Amino acid sequence: MAKTDDRSDYLTDAEQAESRSALNTKPRYWEHRGNRNNMWRLFNFVLLAAGSLLILSPLWWMFATSLKTMGEVMSYPPSFFPESWEWTNYIRAWQAAPFTTYTINTITITTLVVIGSVLANSFIAYGFAKIPFRGKGIWFAIVLSTMMIPGFVTLIPQYVLFANLGWVNTYYPLIVPHFFGSAFYIFLLRQFYMTIPTELIEAAKIEGASHFYIWWKIGLPLTKPALATVAIFSFNGAWNDFLGPLLYLNDENLYTLQLGLAVFKGQLSTQWNYLMAGSLLVLLPVILLFFFFQKYFIQGINLSSGGK
Amino acid sequence: MGKKRLTIRRKESIYGYIFIMPFIVGFFAFTAGPLLFSLAGSFTDYNITSRMDFVGVENYQTLIVDDGLFRTSLWNTIYYVAFSVPLTTLGAIFISALLNQDVPGIRVFRTLYYLPAVLSGVGVYLLWMQLLEPGTGMVNLLLGWVGIDGPNWLYDPDWTKPSLILMKLWSVGGSMLLYLASMQGVSKSLYEAAEIDGASRWRQFVHITIPMITPVIFFDVVTSLIGGFQIFQEAYIMSGNGEGGPANSLLFYNLYMWNQAFENFDMGYAMAMSWILFVIVFVLTLINLKLAPRWVHYEGEEK
Repeated sequence: MAKTDDRSDYLTDAEQAESRSALNTKPRYWEHRGNRNNMWRLFNFVLLAAGSLLILSPLWWMFATSLKTMGEVMSYPPSFFPESWEWTNYIRAWQAAPFTTYTINTITITTLVVIGSVLANSFIAYGFAKIPFRGKGIWFAIVLSTMMIPGFVTLIPQYVLFANLGWVNTYYPLIVPHFFGSAFYIFLLRQFYMTIPTELIEAAKIEGASHFYIWWKIGLPLTKPALATVAIFSFNGAWNDFLGPLLYLNDENLYTLQLGLAVFKGQLSTQWNYLMAGSLLVLLPVILLFFFFQKYFIQGINLSSGGK
Repeated sequence: MGKKRLTIRRKESIYGYIFIMPFIVGFFAFTAGPLLFSLAGSFTDYNITSRMDFVGVENYQTLIVDDGLFRTSLWNTIYYVAFSVPLTTLGAIFISALLNQDVPGIRVFRTLYYLPAVLSGVGVYLLWMQLLEPGTGMVNLLLGWVGIDGPNWLYDPDWTKPSLILMKLWSVGGSMLLYLASMQGVSKSLYEAAEIDGASRWRQFVHITIPMITPVIFFDVVTSLIGGFQIFQEAYIMSGNGEGGPANSLLFYNLYMWNQAFENFDMGYAMAMSWILFVIVFVLTLINLKLAPRWVHYEGEEK
């Protein structure tokens, strides 16, 4: 699935076509016309390279700090490179709090949220994209308008609702709502479904297939790239969610990684080497996911803007 | 014949509603129902244990007339939005213009600039708390290299909000990609024509690129305005677990609402707050929509 070496990752169709034809006909950037253009390219390159260092420096700092001894963390002026690389910081940080429990909890919630988001949003989006029915326009307008409602307006009454259901201190409030679709993903998947020719679905209907069958057997497989985007986005959302667990989970055995990190900060306060080690471990899955599946991140952004 | 076609259409309608049923149920259970409850609750003294007693507009009156912290939190939030929205928009446009150039290694650059945008959550907030440590953090170290004596960032009430804006700027990559996609959609012939007329790069950027990407600027401004007003998690963590930071300088609107609802359990009051926020966001979005025809250039969308 992950073709990170695929040149098309970051290039639009127009760019790809251009680069393909450029192979034979057009001069490459290094032999482009005129010195002024070369100077301009060099200037841009230097600017971008300097910017990259600036952008990456916080992550390097995080890594470097995670390996320092406490003495070095507190020394002034701070250094970019640790004197001695204390890899045991990672083990100590992991053992300083029940991170293994937090990890299992987070994986449980995240998995269920991803499954719910993919299935529900795909199902709903199929209805909006491929079935003609009365009132569709109004309902789709309602879908879009829910994106404008500030989350905190519904947060308090939702808490009251879940408290009355006895769901406080359980994972239900963090998982169940994801099985009812959310506007952004419905919109995104509908955009993608629109690119699938209706004839395909009509043909299946003539063969006697029901919409359920068509959605399951044709819709899901054909929208795989967009489903990957939804899966990744909802993984990120669930993995990084702090507000939900903070509100609904009181029992430390149920805590997630985000909540665990916040507690960890409260306990360690300025032991930045352990704090950075713990934070980096929590961020690592997201970083890996990004490098393996960046194509789907980009696709989500492009689909969400209504562009190509 | 006609009758049969009608039944087919009817059957399709039933199917349609079956497919969007999860959304409809979710909409009533988690959005519409709660909205009504919260609107009604905002006129009561509800505090989760007591029964709801109608108190009229008392909550709204107290908020607007008497509550100094409410005003502080509103001011903090407006300050944050007023700086972070324009700065992140300009930053994203500037970076995407750079990344739209024909430069060796451009794909690697695009990946690197986007990376911080996918990172979020408590780990990132802790990272920035360390980066912004006045004595032992990286930011003041770098500032020191260029001869600037860095401020006390999260310890100085005047610098706490700029701290959060700086962190936000680090992750402009998300909207940067939006702009980049839109810039690549601009027809090459426009630039070629301008070049023949002798227009400089800067003039091309201002008179061709910017007008052609205004729909994305509009989308970005509207969504980041709505998002900006709802800042919570970063403020909660970076102000020491919801305490609001030095001199309440990080007491944002949602943080204050959170404390009212879930620390003091004054839920009627908090729900009134949430409706005031809803109205503010709604009015701002309407203003944006009204102003859009004056500056958003839509013809470019049709290719």
